[in-house]
Amino acid sequence: MAAVEFRNVRKSFGSVDVIPELNLTIKDGSFTVLVGPSGCGKSTMLRMIAGLETTSSGLLLIGGDDVTHRNPSDRGIAMVFQSYALYPHMTVADNIGFGLKLAGLPKPEIQKRVSDAAGILQLEKLLDRKPRQLSGGQRQRVAIGRAIVRQPKVFLFDEPLSNLDAALRSQMRVELTELHDRIGATMIYVTHDQVEAMTMADQIVVLNGGHVEQTGTPAELYRQPKTPFVAGFIGSPRMNFIQGAIATARGADVIGLRPEDIGLSGDNGQWKGRIRHSEFLGSETLVYVDAEEIGPITIKSPGEITIAQGETVFLDLNLAKAHPFKTGHRVPAAGNVRGSA
Amino acid sequence: MMLLPAVVLLLTIVILPFALSIYFSFTDQRLTPRPIPTRIVGLTNFARMFADPLFWKALANTFVFAILVTPFQLALSLAVAMILNAAIPFRAFFRTVAIIPLLLPMTVVAAIWAVMYRIPNGPLNSVVQMFAGSSVYVDWLGSSSTALLSIVLLSAWATFPYQMLIYLAGLQEIPQDLYEAATLDGAKRWQRFRYVTWPGLRNVNIFQLIITTIGALKLFTQVDMLTKGGPNGATTTVIHYMYQQGFLSQKVGYASAVAVFFFLVVCTIALIQRVVLRNEEGA
Repeated sequence: MAAVEFRNVRKSFGSVDVIPELNLTIKDGSFTVLVGPSGCGKSTMLRMIAGLETTSSGLLLIGGDDVTHRNPSDRGIAMVFQSYALYPHMTVADNIGFGLKLAGLPKPEIQKRVSDAAGILQLEKLLDRKPRQLSGGQRQRVAIGRAIVRQPKVFLFDEPLSNLDAALRSQMRVELTELHDRIGATMIYVTHDQVEAMTMADQIVVLNGGHVEQTGTPAELYRQPKTPFVAGFIGSPRMNFIQGAIATARGADVIGLRPEDIGLSGDNGQWKGRIRHSEFLGSETLVYVDAEEIGPITIKSPGEITIAQGETVFLDLNLAKAHPFKTGHRVPAAGNVRGSA
Repeated sequence: MMLLPAVVLLLTIVILPFALSIYFSFTDQRLTPRPIPTRIVGLTNFARMFADPLFWKALANTFVFAILVTPFQLALSLAVAMILNAAIPFRAFFRTVAIIPLLLPMTVVAAIWAVMYRIPNGPLNSVVQMFAGSSVYVDWLGSSSTALLSIVLLSAWATFPYQMLIYLAGLQEIPQDLYEAATLDGAKRWQRFRYVTWPGLRNVNIFQLIITTIGALKLFTQVDMLTKGGPNGATTTVIHYMYQQGFLSQKVGYASAVAVFFFLVVCTIALIQRVVLRNEEGA
């Protein structure tokens, strides 16, 4: 186990600064998720930790050791790739044990470690198969097994679930979280899927244009977003942003309101609007409304709501739960903090 | 109906000539018409062929050539493909330069190499003289010990870009992730080649091996341009022997027997290669 620390790290490709300057500490034993839109630098960060990308300047420390210029295999890390990157001509057992073989470990030791990893990941019956004979989920487990046997200080995951179907993805989310609880190693996980970030992380790092927008627990980021970017990025469906008199009255340029903090009524309410579209999701309904004065609004209501497209409705904004922002930052001590983080 | 043009073409340019060759191999057919009609001679042509020491010499030369040129040419093409697949400066320029030999007709290549091999003062002998003294030179094409090797060298140079392009495509098909995973696993450069590149090129290698072997077994132009099969039959190949018998000696029936026999040999080799490689895959 080890903490990972970026000290004034810069990364540029030619004249393009992908990461202008980064200072970040990822705590020892944490499950940290790097999240952000495409091109925000999250994969580059992961690859710099792995040693697959060099840093343009600055220091990178793993477990207190400066590994900035160390070979990838000497950093005490293991990585699970989005494509799994399994060697197609090797069996599952050979794939898992390949790094140990290269490290010159004795055969019985390799077999023991492979067998232990296979036990953890329920791969015992698949050890003689080739990757092409496995399902997506099984391949993912092999890739994780390959990481586990190296007993790394830090596990790196590069969007490992993005090639799986929805059901398998939620199953693997649980399995990965349980794996983290069991082995307790530092895990750094890159994704653009905020559901993965919210459900798996004990620390989320939100990145935007190579900068860290905010670091915190999923609850902190959801309840106390420091910037409109974080507010808009965390939470599904996206937070509503309202400008104008409502915001100004709260000393802000813009206020954010989660879709679940807006009430919907057929006959009375503060704001009048017209139904643009609705989506029934089973336990809840998403309603898209074009509201007078405040613009397009998304509302999340429990249960099923049967309103026709184009029908007039009324909205109640729960402004006690609004997130006020001024010049791109949260207005201190204003707005609501539900359940306070 | 849509298949008709293809069937007609195939019949005209492949099946019919091959069927005629089989028929001629059992006759005393001559190249030019003669007063005596063509006769069926049974297996006489085959018997004469097996009794001719020059035929066996040609067969042996052909195999020696194929055994030497195939691995040499494939190794050369893979090495160049790996260099041109790496992130080197002016890569596009070097890729273009590397395929120049492919653009030259074999007759031109042979003429260029004839100058290179010229004695006593061709470029290759200049190199020899630099190390061994000005009075020393090698009669590259005139000596039995170096003639076939000289043809191996020029043949590999002339045709390696074709295999190189196929290797280049094969290398680009290998996912970069695999190299990165191997690097993280601690694989050094050679181990990445051994465990990622080489297995990743397996199907390409099977194709290359079969195609290059068959191409090598058809050796003719270089021999005819440079040595005419000499000295003392040191560079005679089956195809060159066939050409001499069929066109210079006008014995088309006999040359057809050589062609039919050689066809069976080449088919057998290709089949053996395929079966062996398939068994390895299953192993």
